[in-house]
Amino acid sequence: MGKVLFFAGGIHPENDGKYLTEKCSIQEPPLFSEYTVLLSQHIGAPAKPIVKKKDNILKGQKIAVAAGFISANIHAPTSGTVKDICNCPGPNGMPSPAIIIESDGEDSACEPMEPIKDWENAKPEELIKRIAEAGIVGMGGAAFPINVKLSPPKGKTIDKLILNGAECEPYLTADHRLMLESPETVIKGARLLKYILGTKRALFGIENNKKDAMNALREAQAYNDDIVIQNLQVHYPQGAEKQLIYALTGREVPNKGGLPLEVGCVVQNVGTAVAVYEAVVEGKSLYERITTVTGTPLVSPGNWKFRVGTPLSEVLRCAGGVKENPGKVILGGPMMGMAQHSLEVPISKNTSGVLLLSKDETSLFEGNPCISCGKCVDVCPMNLIPSVISLQVETEAFELAEEYNVGDCMECGSCSYVCPAKRPLVQYFKKAKSVIAINKRKSQ
Amino acid sequence: MTGAILFLTLLGLALGVLIGIATKVFAVYIDPRVEETEDLLPGANCGGCGLAGCSEFAKALVAGKVEPTDCPVCSSDDINAIGKVLGIKALSEIKDVAVVMCCGDNENSPELSLYNGINDCASAVFAAGSVKACRYGCLGLGSCVHACPFNAIEITEAGIALVHPDLCVGCGKCVEACPRDLIKLVPETAECHILCSSPLKAPAQRKVCKTGCIGCRKCLKEAGKDSIEMDGFLAKIKYENAPKIELVNACPVKTIKPKLGLEEKLKKITEAKKVKEGK
Repeated sequence: MGKVLFFAGGIHPENDGKYLTEKCSIQEPPLFSEYTVLLSQHIGAPAKPIVKKKDNILKGQKIAVAAGFISANIHAPTSGTVKDICNCPGPNGMPSPAIIIESDGEDSACEPMEPIKDWENAKPEELIKRIAEAGIVGMGGAAFPINVKLSPPKGKTIDKLILNGAECEPYLTADHRLMLESPETVIKGARLLKYILGTKRALFGIENNKKDAMNALREAQAYNDDIVIQNLQVHYPQGAEKQLIYALTGREVPNKGGLPLEVGCVVQNVGTAVAVYEAVVEGKSLYERITTVTGTPLVSPGNWKFRVGTPLSEVLRCAGGVKENPGKVILGGPMMGMAQHSLEVPISKNTSGVLLLSKDETSLFEGNPCISCGKCVDVCPMNLIPSVISLQVETEAFELAEEYNVGDCMECGSCSYVCPAKRPLVQYFKKAKSVIAINKRKSQ
Repeated sequence: MTGAILFLTLLGLALGVLIGIATKVFAVYIDPRVEETEDLLPGANCGGCGLAGCSEFAKALVAGKVEPTDCPVCSSDDINAIGKVLGIKALSEIKDVAVVMCCGDNENSPELSLYNGINDCASAVFAAGSVKACRYGCLGLGSCVHACPFNAIEITEAGIALVHPDLCVGCGKCVEACPRDLIKLVPETAECHILCSSPLKAPAQRKVCKTGCIGCRKCLKEAGKDSIEMDGFLAKIKYENAPKIELVNACPVKTIKPKLGLEEKLKKITEAKKVKEGK
């Protein structure tokens, strides 16, 4: 099995909640009557709608186009009519522009893009163009448009392709189930990405608690040496891009906004590999994704292949509803996810999980002054000094916080998790980042 | 023993003489008016005048760089007293007070979600967009309370910021602190205010707040164009020509509220009017 790799810092929650759903195979949800497709499901500029109110559309039809270099196309999740294009509650609490589609119940698909079966002889540029057309974004959470990630600027060579199957976030099992249930597609997608980037090997990084998935992948790749499957220590945030690169290659991504390609690495989620394979070989655009719906208040938690735009209310209905009134509804995992105030918020391309926490599991507390214990410094995987930065933000010394590299914080939440004074550390850093960005825009 | 006493006495005398000479030779002349004016200033160092504290302001006053009325905190009596010291005629202006242009408390604009984070309004806006249903209203987390150097603002039990006009000196610190720009400086003499800052149309407004301005224009008809202007679906008072307190009764959704402390006056006027109409 080789040695188990890891990185410095991070935490290990005792109860990672994976037991709730790791045995639940991926299910197909029924067709819903309405889908709210957000126009901003990715990092970058929101897509521009190309349909009008009352237009008839088909499943897989392009309904919004990328508006700029870092942006992505959006496709219809089902057939029906465009009910409205308006602002809807978005995952970040702000109203977000969305296309509301009323399903006609027939779910008739439009003509798929022409499959490129013989991709091994196609030009990589052609394949990247197809991936952009299909609107594929990173499915791990950040939702960065993949075509941008796959076309490194001139002069940069990529020698390591890393497939991220770590799924370090507690409670989530969507990637685990995907690797277990369709290992062939994952491997094929990895080979396709490897071909586009021109690397020798594709490295899979998988946490040690998913041995069954590792075995499935090893069998599916027929023990060829072009795919290396590496087991990693079960440790949060093992699946974060920079930590994964360090664990697998020993390379450190430079700070102050450095990108993995500066150390010759590209990291892709396993879900993305499957989406890329389907887009190229089957001509299918990205309008559905696997989402873990979990939490102790749910009657039957599990994994579903939801279409983009499915409102949370329907998602919870799929999981059999709730046994008790939940304390929190979180989009994503417990460490990095965002708590929601409305069940109208829809699933988007990067929603890896919907988590319900019971009232006992969510504690309401007031942040106390820092006691300088240094626990947060020990666990910060980016080697920042959360205690000091939080004090700087508290006193509104944002320039000082920038000097202390608050911009490198990836908001993994490890510091907030260990803080004995219950300080809302990540919120301080998020605030600092927003304020610094606003100040920069003003000074320009 | 005697030697030591003698030595110390002589040393003390010598140093005393030295200090006496130094005070004469190195004396710095301070205009006595600076000290006198500084005593009349509030001494809160709020920075409302734009200078670094009250002593700087006093120096600038004596130097003739600023006017006594540039201090937003001084009462008209103080300003006249300063004028006397400086030997200039200081006309006291009408004082400005801060008003929170929102009346959507927890009852009228219910809380959307339970916010449990950094206790300050700007952080809440960054984290969740809104705490209450209305996206334009007061969050009630008290950034303005922390900013006020005069303890003039309180968060009421219903979860909304309230400025006490008798304590407010109009320094404008709270205006900067509010992330939603809800606080405005208005003349002290204004008897009523339109407490809403939401540009929403009536149906959307009614959904999120029971007392938000719906843009019905009733106040405009009642008070006339000189006193009220419409900014889209939001009525605004023209404070240079502020309407009388009776306007409060014209608003069907109770967005127009009397100035704090004038509720009794309004009651009397309303009753008197009723009696008159009854006749």
